Amino acid sequence: MSLQLIAVAKDRDREAFEILFRHFSPRVRAYLVHRGSDTKNVDDILQDVFATVWQKANLYDHQRASAAAWIFTIARNRRIDALRNERRPEFDPQDPALQRNPVPGGEETFIAWQHAKTVRIALDVLSDEQREVLRLSFYEGESYSAIAVRLGIPLGTVKSRARLAFARLRTELGSKREDL
Amino acid sequence: MTIKHHVGDDLLLSYGAGTLDEAMSLLVATHLALCPTCRADLELAEAVGGALIDRTPTDTAVDEAMLEAVLDGACQDDNAGAPALRASNEALVLPQPLYNYAGGDADTLRWRSAGGGIRQVLLKTVGAGTTARLLSIPARKSVPRHGHRGVEATLVLAGSFYDRDAWYRRGDVGIASPEVVHRPVAGPEQDCICLAVTDARLEFRTPIPRLLQPFHGI
Repeated sequence: MSLQLIAVAKDRDREAFEILFRHFSPRVRAYLVHRGSDTKNVDDILQDVFATVWQKANLYDHQRASAAAWIFTIARNRRIDALRNERRPEFDPQDPALQRNPVPGGEETFIAWQHAKTVRIALDVLSDEQREVLRLSFYEGESYSAIAVRLGIPLGTVKSRARLAFARLRTELGSKREDL
Repeated sequence: MTIKHHVGDDLLLSYGAGTLDEAMSLLVATHLALCPTCRADLELAEAVGGALIDRTPTDTAVDEAMLEAVLDGACQDDNAGAPALRASNEALVLPQPLYNYAGGDADTLRWRSAGGGIRQVLLKTVGAGTTARLLSIPARKSVPRHGHRGVEATLVLAGSFYDRDAWYRRGDVGIASPEVVHRPVAGPEQDCICLAVTDARLEFRTPIPRLLQPFHGI
């Protein structure tokens, strides 16, 4: 799907966008519904998300993210804008005060998670409990406190499952934190 | 600049999932501006979000009318937001997004006394129970001993501070849970400017020990 998104960015390719839309729009809709929007809102937000994909595809960086991940960030942000009526603070990659990666080419190196399929496979390596915490957090948008209440487990257990899941994904996908 | 104290997986993952409120998101986003390592981790977190959307099957039909409307540009993307206040040099104390929230860099703000020589600027964020403020602590000066109602996260932007056996410098984040009572001290080299965010909702397991009167609500 990343190739289609690149084609939209480069050539305003309508057919490529249609492929993206057919694949992702029902899935993003399901995500928005799970996150508690009513039907009217869902369709407004959904249309807004794909208008952004269509119009802002030039901002997509295929070296940094899969199409799925990029579309996820747009849907996540639009939902926060629309439902919580809050701004979502984000760093600005163009900010002169941004601390660049001191490693030459460090920000451009090949990364495994740019391939959605690799990440999907990595998720299967997690325990059911770990995957469920990630799903409730990332997919359903529940805070750790809400997840603890929902699963009837201590908050610390939710946090440790999420941390262990993330550590495992880092290992599976070859991300290293040399400073830790 | 090597960052030693990161925001940590709890806050980073919650930021990636979009479940933090605005004040704590502001702190995480500002740390991300200063920390390439955590930016890479955020990409991984967002890849997880993408994969979860991608792998969830759905039997919903594609909305053909919406596809046409989007392609025809019937709905303009009106969420571009206000253009960022563009800063021109690299010596800024406040990176984005903090620069925009504060409305300028540290030396142009209207600082107000918080007592004891400490000055502060309250930042406007949505969300009950959370506050975000910039603090300026004179060099060598200590913040009076205080406890917290909730989690307190402090991101250093200039200078340094020493707290509970560790030094925190630009980009570092100190996190104090509700049971912590501490007395951070600014380093000697210059006034310490930091972003302090408290979130009373992040931790509610333990009864909150109000051992000491909080210092000006920090």
